[in-house]
Amino acid sequence: MDIQALAQEIPVEGEYSLEGIDFITSGEQYLTFLLETEQYAVDILCVEEIRSWERPTKIPNAPSYVKGVINMRGVIVPIVDLRLKFGIGEANYDETTVVIVLKYESAEQGRTIGFVVDAVSDVLNAEENEIKNAPAFGGIIPHHYVNGLVNVGEGVVTLLNVEALQQIEAHTIG
Amino acid sequence: MSVDLSQFIPTFLEESYEGLALMESSLLNLEQGDDETINSIFRAAHSIKGGAGTFGFGHVTDFTHLVETLLDEMRDGRREIRSEEVEVLLESVDCMRLMIDAIQNETDYDNSSIDVTSEKLELLLSGSLSDDTGADTPVETSKNASSWQIIFIPEHHLVQTGNDPLLLFNALEDLGELKVNAIVDSLPSLTEMDVEELYLQWELQLFSDSVTEQDIREVFEWVEDECELEVTPVSFDEPETESTSLDETSETAEVKQPNDETPSPEVTAPNIEPEITPSPAGAPVTENKEVKVATKAKPEGGSIRVGVDKVDSLINLVGELVITQSMLSELGNDFDLSKVDKLTAGLEQLLQNTKELQESVMRIRMLPISFAFNRFPRLIHDLAKKTGKDIELIINGENTELDKTVMEQIGDPLVHLVRNAVDHGIETAEKRLAAGKPEKGTVWLDAYHQGGNIVIEIKDDGGGINRDAVFNKALEKGLIEPTTNLTDNQVFELILEPGFSTAKEVSDISGRGVGMDVVKKNIQALGGRIQVDSTPGEGSTFKVNLPLTLAILDGQLVRVGEEVFVVPLITIVESLQAKSENINRVSGDMILYRLRDENVPVIPIFQLFNLPADSQDVDDSLLVVVEADGQKVGLMVDDLLAQQQVVIKSLKDNYQDVSGVSGATILGDGSVAMILDIPGIIQMALDIANKKQKEKQLKMQNEGALI
Repeated sequence: MDIQALAQEIPVEGEYSLEGIDFITSGEQYLTFLLETEQYAVDILCVEEIRSWERPTKIPNAPSYVKGVINMRGVIVPIVDLRLKFGIGEANYDETTVVIVLKYESAEQGRTIGFVVDAVSDVLNAEENEIKNAPAFGGIIPHHYVNGLVNVGEGVVTLLNVEALQQIEAHTIG
Repeated sequence: MSVDLSQFIPTFLEESYEGLALMESSLLNLEQGDDETINSIFRAAHSIKGGAGTFGFGHVTDFTHLVETLLDEMRDGRREIRSEEVEVLLESVDCMRLMIDAIQNETDYDNSSIDVTSEKLELLLSGSLSDDTGADTPVETSKNASSWQIIFIPEHHLVQTGNDPLLLFNALEDLGELKVNAIVDSLPSLTEMDVEELYLQWELQLFSDSVTEQDIREVFEWVEDECELEVTPVSFDEPETESTSLDETSETAEVKQPNDETPSPEVTAPNIEPEITPSPAGAPVTENKEVKVATKAKPEGGSIRVGVDKVDSLINLVGELVITQSMLSELGNDFDLSKVDKLTAGLEQLLQNTKELQESVMRIRMLPISFAFNRFPRLIHDLAKKTGKDIELIINGENTELDKTVMEQIGDPLVHLVRNAVDHGIETAEKRLAAGKPEKGTVWLDAYHQGGNIVIEIKDDGGGINRDAVFNKALEKGLIEPTTNLTDNQVFELILEPGFSTAKEVSDISGRGVGMDVVKKNIQALGGRIQVDSTPGEGSTFKVNLPLTLAILDGQLVRVGEEVFVVPLITIVESLQAKSENINRVSGDMILYRLRDENVPVIPIFQLFNLPADSQDVDDSLLVVVEADGQKVGLMVDDLLAQQQVVIKSLKDNYQDVSGVSGATILGDGSVAMILDIPGIIQMALDIANKKQKEKQLKMQNEGALI
């Protein structure tokens, strides 16, 4: 391989790095998905990949919402069913069931975990001031999972806190 | 200085540790008149001193200077090499290690031991210096001039060897007031100038009352082969006038210079620095930063030195892999059935490549066991002195290679075994003579490969283990029953049990009653075994059997319901089809299987792990009898599948530790299988049984209360 040619392809600081990024929109980007009829969203930068459902290998004595582990290109990735975890709807697995693999890297550790959702819907752009605090009225999902709410058209999207989703894993089990 | 020295500190530390290890091992082998060895010790000390000086670790430099002076006297034959000196030098090596550790960890260290050692060193030195001063500094030591004129004409390539005149001048400045004049006569024209060469010469004046020529020459010690150096004492007035004229010429020249020489950051006359134009200087600076980040991350991960041949073979293999890949993708572009043969051949080649690549990569992690053995000569030396026994250490097979992680964890258990051999194994000289053995005891350390394992033997020619003493002690401690019938080896292995120590007196070295069981535990944690063999009067052998690597494991695949599990092959005693007549249900719901004359508890995996299974009945099921910590259990499974090597992957990375499972692996079809942790499973089964008992008791108590 010609090193010169290779170097050309690698984006560097300056004008090259801007290519391929949509600058028409502003604010943070979120990936929205469906759990039953409700819309949720996670920070798109945390999304490692979106996979179709495959049968995972069970982890002995794991909580019911941890479906098991799968092999993602040599990495062992646990699969968590968000519907079961949040208590929203029934868990049934068919062709449209998808797994969103999220990676969150904190200072000490990075975890990669796959979350089973009903369907992936859209990419959402939300400015800081569009994100509103969730009202403290009931809801099954514990508050620290929720970063805020965003209005989209007539509907409301719940922004989830990826760090909390990943970290709570370590505390609830075992 | 545009070069950030701190980025080289990790390298300095690494080299210093190597130097210290070399000094230590050489000191132990040091004999009278052995010029080669003493030279290598001297060189090691000298480079540590030099390095420490460069990075400004003054305390290391000062201390090492004393060591070096002592070594210098030995090297020149001015001092006899006696054990007294060697001891002090060994102590000094410890002190230097302490200081370098402190630099690495950025912590403080205990000054007292270093002070004590430096005093000892000074004492030794002063003893000889009185009659050796003449020989030491033959030239003009007594004649301290008030001013020195130094003419320093470096060769053009001086900066390419990593030397920097600025550093030298800084060092000179420490000695006294310094006046520097650059001579630019030999500066070529711009078109001919090579940016990496140094064309300047210097005339320096050093004003100080106390400096000797020796001091000045020492500053230039590192570059003395690469320059012309003239050092002459002068009186005050003489050179003053001369230098003013030089000053003017040099200043004009220096202004011109930076534009030509900036790309090479080493070339710096003292006042060039601020004039560097920002654009060309920007590039090297950012580069330095990147390097710094990379090296900062290093200490946590540790580094490894890999032979070039290993890396070369890896590169070759990757090359082949790329060829195979391009062949296969070309085949895939317009594939039809006529090319099936080619495809099969290609896939076979791919398999071959991957296998070789895997082996090569594993080899990179393999290090000769000498890394772990190196500390033993010193250990034996210290122990021999402490116990007053004369002991020889014979090491064999030090080039046997072992995985780095295994190596790091086996060090301490080995130290314990060796200490044990010296303390308990080897008898005192009188006893040895009385037994007709040579006065000098011997400890052997052997390493060799056997199958996929590495065997490390620690052998001594001491008194051996007293079978009866061990047996009685075990009785006393309640480890065995008086009626227990044990073979000799089984008795010897009792000394590895927790809470066992036969030493009559607790000594400083070993015999605190903790230890041997920890050794066994550590070895088992690495997936290894330890065996004890002993002949009374002839000595004992501890044989440690370790897997070559922790990353790969020989496993038996078993199936329970839909899930596949891996049982480590090393734990399997046998696998059998359960016969109903051998199954006994005792004391409630405990299932025992009569294996010859042993009753083995049966653990149904489906029950333990809460899984669906084909058959829930023990009758006619398959039992895999495994053993851990001396406890045999039968694991009930639905099917036995293939045996294969599996690569261990951690569950902890993205999940957390799971009890009963030591990790996961990826099978040939891409699916994940759990690797069973046999000691963990036994513990789990015990915990569940205990819990059941407690619940039962509680229930009984409640019922009793009701009545």
